[in-house]
Amino acid sequence: MKLTGAQIVCEALVREGVDVVFGYPGGAVIKLYDTLIDYPIHHVLVRHEQAAAHAADGYARATGKVGVCIATSGPGATNLVTGIATAYMDSSPIVAITGQVPTNLLGRDAFQEVDITGITMPITKHSYLVTDVRELPHIMKEAFYIARSGRPGPVLIDIPKDVQAAETEFDYPDEIELPGYEPPLEGDPQLIQRMADMINAAERPLILAGHGVILSEAEEELLALAERGNFPVATTLLGISAIPETHRLALGMVGMHGWKHANQAIQRCDLLIVLGARFSDRVTGKISTFAPDAKIIHVDIDPAEIGKNVEPDLAVVGDVKRVLRALIPLVQPRLCVEWITDLLRSKQQYQDPQAFQPKNGRLTSPMVIREIWRATGGQAIMVSDVGQNQMWEAQYYFHDRRRGLITSGGLGTMGFAVPAAMGVQAAYPDATVWATVGDGGFQMTIQELATIVQEKYPIKIAILNNGYLGMVRQWQQFFFERRYAFTPISSPDYLKLAEAYGIPAKRVSDPADLRSSVEEAMRIPGPVVLEFLVEREDNVYPMVPAGASISEMIERHMVEEGA
Amino acid sequence: MKTTKTIIAWMEDKPGVLARVASMIRRRNYNVVSLAVAPTETPAISRMTAVLECDASQEKLVGLQLRKLVNVTNVVTDLTPDKAIFRELALIKVNADASKRSEVIHLAEVFRGQVVDVGPQTLTIEATGTQDKIDSLIELLKPFGVREVARTGPVAMLRGTANGRGISGNGRKAEQ
Repeated sequence: MKLTGAQIVCEALVREGVDVVFGYPGGAVIKLYDTLIDYPIHHVLVRHEQAAAHAADGYARATGKVGVCIATSGPGATNLVTGIATAYMDSSPIVAITGQVPTNLLGRDAFQEVDITGITMPITKHSYLVTDVRELPHIMKEAFYIARSGRPGPVLIDIPKDVQAAETEFDYPDEIELPGYEPPLEGDPQLIQRMADMINAAERPLILAGHGVILSEAEEELLALAERGNFPVATTLLGISAIPETHRLALGMVGMHGWKHANQAIQRCDLLIVLGARFSDRVTGKISTFAPDAKIIHVDIDPAEIGKNVEPDLAVVGDVKRVLRALIPLVQPRLCVEWITDLLRSKQQYQDPQAFQPKNGRLTSPMVIREIWRATGGQAIMVSDVGQNQMWEAQYYFHDRRRGLITSGGLGTMGFAVPAAMGVQAAYPDATVWATVGDGGFQMTIQELATIVQEKYPIKIAILNNGYLGMVRQWQQFFFERRYAFTPISSPDYLKLAEAYGIPAKRVSDPADLRSSVEEAMRIPGPVVLEFLVEREDNVYPMVPAGASISEMIERHMVEEGA
Repeated sequence: MKTTKTIIAWMEDKPGVLARVASMIRRRNYNVVSLAVAPTETPAISRMTAVLECDASQEKLVGLQLRKLVNVTNVVTDLTPDKAIFRELALIKVNADASKRSEVIHLAEVFRGQVVDVGPQTLTIEATGTQDKIDSLIELLKPFGVREVARTGPVAMLRGTANGRGISGNGRKAEQ
């Protein structure tokens, strides 16, 4: 059967199980859109292509399936770039399809021509420029396979207009031929035995769980390992929800804004078992003082992560889930009583709700987050933006749902939350989805409110409005003598704005109204905007200054008198 | 002088593959001293010999990053003169009028070089050998006036029957 390039793309999408795509039509994808409308694939019309990439990313992170976005050539394609880079840094499987000028105009600076495969080369796992329609079926197959297998990541397919229109015999391949691509899955049994020996010999073992645990769906195995040896589990930001955060053994997040007890656990442990994490500078702080008493075991599916930032004492390359399955029977059940008792005591102390109660009676962001946590029972899918709001969300919401936190970690992309939440809600129409944003990040992708309304997504948006680009302001306060250079930011009247979009909205400034406002938002079946006027110059504590040891935390009581 | 390391990589002969390799090396903050890429005995597979400014631990990481590129099928690092042979080709155009010609030709012969072009004022010498050997030849020719040098950068091959199965897809060093 002869099909056009556009039909081949759509047939492939259907065969790959894609039921929703996020995109924006344009001259170089008009043929593809003309075909797409006849297929059983829902298309979400975003208001800016960046949002299409973030939505595909959000969809992928929430489901583990490949998210798909579509944009036209030139500016459509370049608008995807931030979203693709965000997905790349956080190993999120997306396929980005872009239109391109016809092959006979390639390289001639034609209207809306841009070298998007060249531009995205350092931020994609792989990319294709399709110059012959006959290559399209196997390219589509490969793209989805590469995006989701091994260490996942974004793949870009750039398809010139004439290739979309050209016809060829369609035969979707069953097999993939990629001689250079063989993701390692099984860990070396000898190394796994050594890993078990090290764990069994350790007195103060600690697990640090990263995004890889979630990507390989190893949550059950992680829990089984932790409970078998009574091992405490700390997580990276993207590792949050790898273990239910209210679990007895869960210590919460480590790093620059990690909990004090979690960072202390890293500094005190004698064995650090790092699962699917990449020793980001935000996690390690000053590397030479990181986990000084510990032997380090690093399990990762990406061989290039081994020794990139921290040289481990033992490295096991493989899929976390498979490695853990092989490991668990070799680990001796035990209690590690002394080590864990001590840690759990300090965890209780530092996560004490009194620690963030205002002394002045004013509303604070941690109070808002903790109230959303209470109202949703820790079961919402939280999508956070970037900055102070992100860190408060990570600290004060205890994520008990699997894949319960979607956030831009590696790239730290402001404006991520609202469009990513659309992708999450597209995947799970009935799930409770909250986007927590600052007043800065929200204004970066605020246009997507129209998409939310058009798609009837019941997303609850909590704006933590402090009138500042708060994280930068916090750095200015600590390290630049309070010179608040261009961080004060004004906002539109969010109530009027929401009304213009047809979204119910409420402004909250009194802590006494907090609970009723959140509960009311939960009762409204559609989208809601809640604007919280929070303490303007509040800081995220604790904080490890960039480049300092994670033992050197700035705490609230050191900065604020009487706090 | 910064240390350099030589890496061999095999890659699918597809458009853009070299750009990917160069892009990755640049992004990871390595400096390329030379790159030599050409077809191999296997159809559709190209072979690259790259000389990079880096130390041994960086070499290992760049090898792993290279291996991660979807179109790169094999990478061999940790090449030393006892394990591998290195050869580079250079064309050296030297000032040599009739009075100096025989002297230059003699020097070239000492280095097993060949004269491949003779002009009224110049000689062009083709020389192959290790980088050091080419360097020395150029150094010795300098007093005559070296007008132009074109070097390929070294290519490398493992000695004996070792076939260069280097970093496998799962990142382990396979048998060499």
